[in-house]
Amino acid sequence: MPIQYYIYFSLALFSIGIIGVLTRRNAIIVFMCIELMLNAVNLLLVAFSKMHHGIATTNNAVSTAGVEGQLFVFFIMVVAAAEVSVGLAIIVMLYRNTHSVDINFLNRLKN
Amino acid sequence: MDTLQILFFLLSALAIFSAIMVLVSKNPVHSVLWLIVVFFAISGHYILLNAQFLAIVNLIVYAGAIMVLFLFVIMLMNLNADTEPRKNWWMKLAGVVSGGCFLMVMVSLVRQATELSGKAALMKTGDIGLIKNLGKALFSDFVVPFEISSVLFLSAMVGAVVIGKKD
Repeated sequence: MPIQYYIYFSLALFSIGIIGVLTRRNAIIVFMCIELMLNAVNLLLVAFSKMHHGIATTNNAVSTAGVEGQLFVFFIMVVAAAEVSVGLAIIVMLYRNTHSVDINFLNRLKN
Repeated sequence: MDTLQILFFLLSALAIFSAIMVLVSKNPVHSVLWLIVVFFAISGHYILLNAQFLAIVNLIVYAGAIMVLFLFVIMLMNLNADTEPRKNWWMKLAGVVSGGCFLMVMVSLVRQATELSGKAALMKTGDIGLIKNLGKALFSDFVVPFEISSVLFLSAMVGAVVIGKKD
């Protein structure tokens, strides 16, 4: 499959995530859109790693080029899991203090 | 058009439709369920690319753990009624227009990139995505970041408990 198709697909998912972050006010849905953007980037990293591997194996049949891209996806998943646990704890505290998950209430952090 | 291409377009259409449904659902529980469908479609893409380890990890970590955490928080706060306040329609329009502008600029950039022409992602072959090769690389070249990520998990766990504690 040409690499351009994967790029277009990932860009579409990433743009949907951006539109979600910009238009929704529910903090949990904003958070889910961030997860969507992370997944679009993960898919693109895997596609590029397979592209790199395909080019490298034409010269050297036993090459393991491209492993780094897939390990990077693994580390992105690790960081996303840590981020979700802390972020949801913050949202629970926001709900406990304001009885709402509207992100506009976060401007109370100013004073 | 062979089977791989049909599967690619089918999974892509499913993922984009579900991602749009995540945005337009009023009920947050429905958004979470549509997001799980997106993750399954992306796992299907990983299987098509023969990245089997990442496909399984994506299902276990994202669709299994993270989405259950989201559902747990939504049901804990009893948010499944649509309590979201109305936003101005021109704010929504501005968000959609700016996201569409981003998509348009990036697509036109990719269309005229000569470096990418003729390159293709290897599908169904190539064994770098198997757990044997990834494990060898992870525990030889990338062992320091792997250990650091365990410290990151510990600090995230402590941080979540400290933030969520009722004082």
